[in-house]
Amino acid sequence: MGSDVEVITPKVEKQKSGLVNTLSRVMKYSGVRLLSLFITVVIGIYLTIMIANMGGYVDQMMKAAIQENVTMQISRNPAFKNMDSATKTQLTQERIQSEIERLDLDQPLVIRSGRFLKNALTLNLGRSLFLSSNSGSRNVKTIILERLPYTLLLMGTSQLILFVSTLFLALSLSRKYGSFVDKLVIALSPTSSVPPWFYGIFFILLFAAVLKILPFGGVIDAPVPKDFLGRALSVGKHLILPASSLILASFFLSIYNWRTFFLIYSSEDYVETAKAKGLPSRDIERRYILRPTLPTIITSFALLLITIWTGAIITETVFQWPGLGRITYQAIGLYDTPVIVGTTIIYAYLLAITVFLLDFIYALVDPRVKIGTGGN
Amino acid sequence: MKQFMSNLREILKYPSAIFGSIIVLALVVTAIVVVIKIPYDEAISTWRGGEAIYGKNPRTVPPKWVNWFRKDKLVESIDMVEGDEGVTVTEETTEGGTLIKTTTFSFDYQYEGFPTELTLYFIAEYNEKQPFVSLKWIQPDGTELKISNFAIGKTHTFPINQEEKLKKKLGNVAPSVGLFLDQESESAVQTPVKGTYQLVVEQIVFEPDSFVQPEFVMLGEVFGWAGTDHLRRDLLLPILWGTPIALSFGLLAALGTSVLTMIIAAIGTWFGGIVDGIIQRITEINLVLPFLSILIMVGTFYSRSIWTILGVTVALSIFTAGIKSYRAIFLQVKESTYIEAARAYGASDARIIFRYLIPRIIPLLLPGLVSAVPSFVFLEASLALLGLGDPVLPTWGKTINEAYTNAALYRGQYYWIVQPAVLLMLTGLGFASLGFALDRVFNPRLRGM
Repeated sequence: MGSDVEVITPKVEKQKSGLVNTLSRVMKYSGVRLLSLFITVVIGIYLTIMIANMGGYVDQMMKAAIQENVTMQISRNPAFKNMDSATKTQLTQERIQSEIERLDLDQPLVIRSGRFLKNALTLNLGRSLFLSSNSGSRNVKTIILERLPYTLLLMGTSQLILFVSTLFLALSLSRKYGSFVDKLVIALSPTSSVPPWFYGIFFILLFAAVLKILPFGGVIDAPVPKDFLGRALSVGKHLILPASSLILASFFLSIYNWRTFFLIYSSEDYVETAKAKGLPSRDIERRYILRPTLPTIITSFALLLITIWTGAIITETVFQWPGLGRITYQAIGLYDTPVIVGTTIIYAYLLAITVFLLDFIYALVDPRVKIGTGGN
Repeated sequence: MKQFMSNLREILKYPSAIFGSIIVLALVVTAIVVVIKIPYDEAISTWRGGEAIYGKNPRTVPPKWVNWFRKDKLVESIDMVEGDEGVTVTEETTEGGTLIKTTTFSFDYQYEGFPTELTLYFIAEYNEKQPFVSLKWIQPDGTELKISNFAIGKTHTFPINQEEKLKKKLGNVAPSVGLFLDQESESAVQTPVKGTYQLVVEQIVFEPDSFVQPEFVMLGEVFGWAGTDHLRRDLLLPILWGTPIALSFGLLAALGTSVLTMIIAAIGTWFGGIVDGIIQRITEINLVLPFLSILIMVGTFYSRSIWTILGVTVALSIFTAGIKSYRAIFLQVKESTYIEAARAYGASDARIIFRYLIPRIIPLLLPGLVSAVPSFVFLEASLALLGLGDPVLPTWGKTINEAYTNAALYRGQYYWIVQPAVLLMLTGLGFASLGFALDRVFNPRLRGM
């Protein structure tokens, strides 16, 4: 954190008390901020746990389901056919009891939710109730790690392409203010009110159903190609449609937003001065427009990195993409609380860390910002 | 008022605003007309009705208007009863007093394809002796073909294409194809004989006051203005009724969210201190909560009713980034001299918030509200796509979901998905374009950009 201090107080350096003062201010600020963020995460996770159990309502549903399943199993099993009804009832009761104990349903939700919370906060994600990974494991961490690469592939590709391309297109558009392309982008920006899965359906219709050149969904051809190149090409082919629907859904609005943002900054006096001095436009862009807008660019990039993690529930469902979004949806359908909480807690932590770090990054890149004073 | 007029003139300078307002206006008018013409209860009972309502519709066929774009037309459905054009009736009485009525259904057939189903429906009136019916098919070249003869009850349905004997007689082709098939044709593709076909229904009644009423239904390859789904339901109903539902969900959610956000931001800014702090913390906690997952959980565990989902959506959308931008504006307004004047004459807190602070930023509320509508409209559709649509209401999202679960895209039943999808898209684009233009008019920072 030493570098922070230097940037923040370049003039006070000679006074030793000033440095100590700044350090203590930064430490105090970090402490308070971390604590408040932690409390936020705790409350957010606890609320998610309670919602995932609907305040105990899900327990009743699950107990009823267990009762039905066990009774069905026993009445169907030919081995128990000749058993007298009293023994049968006893056996049913025993099995129901053990299943309830396995799922921890014999304890009240208040106690369980406390344990859930503690485990979640210590990233001890535990075992899922029903879902299992492809390798057969019930470990939530394994399940999540197994799905993570697919989500990172899909979201990472699409969001990074989106971010970089829109940023640079917007920068060049902001110089061609009022041109035809500029007007076209403005006219097209309402297309972003349509969600990605929607474009996905149209893409599937056009490229998979009518033209038959790209697959309907999934992640790899069956049978799986044997060599690495074949596999990579196959995955790439399956990636095109979901990724382009994710990109298209935000493309024009993103360009429009960045362009407007850059325009506001390019009308500043110092930019006019630079232009008057006859500096080349590349230099103006880099030194006078990009630099002061850096904090905002970094913020949106950081938030983008978090959204990559969450996956896209509906787009993944539409394209049968086996990512985290889809496992979340499956987990909800099966009342699998540990998986739901598991995906949420990691998102919450990532968000909290990002928000915390952003304050310092602001101070690093923008000399006008001082940590722990005024503002908030 | 003058201000309003000048704003309106400003808005109309944007083509996108005109485009957006036309769409929004058209949707609102459609929604009102639909709700008046097809009342809620009627819509739901029709949509959830069974064989009685939809029995005479073909299964999963595209709408009529696809024929406008095709050279070889798809077969249109025919439904004929006595009294219609092309139906002739002759009666004769035998010596024994039995009445023989002959109804001839004749129709012109000029298609390349075949119908999907052929069915005869009978309604009969008698005391003890059942009337007797015999059916004969006459092809354009005059070839006659006996279909069947049988006695009928008070109501009788005779599906010609499920007649096994007839199928064998036709050389093991389904009667809906075999009855039309051109036997001489050399081509590999089955083609029908074009011309006038006749179905002769001879009805013999044995009692003086008994009668038979036959109805001939040929189900084609197109139906109505929106086509049908896998349960033979006319898709026009969800297409029409989807409009008021989508609009009311989108508008109510947008209105509820933005008004409540504004009020809460105003209260927080005015009182400052702890109140403001609490609101800020709630906003941060809300940021951690997974919005869509929670909606899916509520839909799965609790209730799929559209009103429950609406309530949860609004509750979760209040404490978001919007509250921060309102807060920034209110912080400026709070320092204005007119607020100070109000405070000086002793106005109460509530008076200042609701009469001085909030009215000042209502112009800023409008663009945000209009732009928020599409996201809520699509939210409803997204949940419906995941199978969490309202259990009773026919909506656009539910139509897409049903088409999707029935693999409409694989089977080439594009109309099923495209119609609701285009409407959803138009709604989204309409509101978004209007909101965009409003934003550029009312938001001083964007003026001229």
